[in-house]
Amino acid sequence: MKKSIITVVGKDTVGIIAKVCTYLAENQINILDISQTIVQDYFNMMMIVDINKSAKEFGAIADELDAIGAEIGVQVKIQQEDIFNSMHRI
Amino acid sequence: MINIFEVNETNKMIEQENLDVRTITLGISLLDCIDSNLEQLNENIYNRITTVAKELVSTGQQIEKELGIPIVNKRISVTPVSLVGASACHSPQDFVTVAKTLDRAAHEVGVNFIGGYSALVSKGMTASEENLIRSIPEAMACTERVCSSVNVGSTKTGINMDAVKLMGEIILKTAEKTKDSDSLGCAKLVVFCNAPDDNPFMAGAFHGVTEADAIINVGVSGPGVVRTALTKARGANFEVLCETIKKTAFKVTRVGQLVAQEASRRLGIPFGIIDLSLAPTPAVGDSVADILEEIGLERVGAPGTTAALALLNDQVKKGGVMASSYVGGLSGAFIPVSEDQGMIDSVQAGALTIEKLEAMTCVCSVGLDMIAIPGDTSASAISGIIADESAIGMINQKTTAVRVIPVIGKKVGEVVEFGGLLGYAPVMPVNPFSCEAFINRGGRIPAPIHSFKN
Repeated sequence: MKKSIITVVGKDTVGIIAKVCTYLAENQINILDISQTIVQDYFNMMMIVDINKSAKEFGAIADELDAIGAEIGVQVKIQQEDIFNSMHRI
Repeated sequence: MINIFEVNETNKMIEQENLDVRTITLGISLLDCIDSNLEQLNENIYNRITTVAKELVSTGQQIEKELGIPIVNKRISVTPVSLVGASACHSPQDFVTVAKTLDRAAHEVGVNFIGGYSALVSKGMTASEENLIRSIPEAMACTERVCSSVNVGSTKTGINMDAVKLMGEIILKTAEKTKDSDSLGCAKLVVFCNAPDDNPFMAGAFHGVTEADAIINVGVSGPGVVRTALTKARGANFEVLCETIKKTAFKVTRVGQLVAQEASRRLGIPFGIIDLSLAPTPAVGDSVADILEEIGLERVGAPGTTAALALLNDQVKKGGVMASSYVGGLSGAFIPVSEDQGMIDSVQAGALTIEKLEAMTCVCSVGLDMIAIPGDTSASAISGIIADESAIGMINQKTTAVRVIPVIGKKVGEVVEFGGLLGYAPVMPVNPFSCEAFINRGGRIPAPIHSFKN
């Protein structure tokens, strides 16, 4: 199973997690892990998700998450976990 | 499992430090396109390129989106056209039609450069190779995306001084033909010594005859990432400095390896090599000069520059080699002037001269790259510069190259604007004394002896 990583970075505000999670639930995207920190007043969240059950293409999900981010004033990105594994695991 | 700090580190590299995959270059052999009929040859070439490279750009964009890393250029390199066109092209003008075909194919598949309008003449020139070389000025003037290169020497064969002399004249003619766009044609023309077969970087890329039918080569970059990592090693000793560069180069290269494997799998074309070169762009912070300054130089060109560059180059290779299954091409650090804001600043501050750049090319990949010189420089002086650079390559068994731009109508100190990734450059002075009698001798410089090293 290929996993994907969603990152949310931006100014902390009410309902960021709710908004992103609602979208994921609507699209059958399962959250496997969530971690979150505040770095220099910036909200920083990472989710490991499984998009295999979603009917949507990776590209479409990426675009829609990007739009949701723009709506609440944060940056939302989805990337395949391969890039992080390549860089940080031998 | 991956943790949030690792994810943040990677994304910070991409978003703030200009980490990118500089290029996916698809090498395509055109040997089976050869025909004695010029029209047929052109048609074969066009069909072959547009078939093999059809999915190249869209696949690149897909990978870009899924991994969240920019892949800046998608490019094509082809078999040296002097070989492919040998039986159909009987004049420089015939070769120009092939250049136009390459340009048309590049536009069709959406790549920004296509390399391989090349001739390999390190020992001697065939009639067709000479025709191709003589067609370069016209070819560079009437095409947009075609890149040309000529290999004039190697450690095993010596230096073909007839070709060196000819290339001085060709570079000047190319400058003259493209003078309306600040002699831009010369930015797409490289003269090599010891050219590698598998170089994904333009303008010197071509698909070597030793290669398979098609191959994916990837060039990674990330001078900004190395520089940022080094800010944390300020004041530390060389051991710490070198370790930091190595680790960063490793991480950067791993991304390139991943992209190369993905591209290779999706296109069904074998993976060739990763080229580990740190390649700057005119973007602020994406600069090799900045790294050298971070290592401890006030300006690039100061005493110590060559040593700093040597260690940088070596550590980049050491870190990158383990990160990739196949490393090749040029690998190290590029020091083009116009494409690197820090280099431009150093030239304008009077810290960096052509002579110092020449010394720097002894220890890094490639050579005198993207250097603007006055338009009234003589052909023999340009040949002299090429001969010097080739000699460094020949004796030291490394690849060297010259990509100088004699800017017609501009004088020392004036600024030339090439635009885009090619950047801008101040015109640099060339030593005014003549080497004409040396260049006019003709013939070739014999291959060097490999014993008695000093």
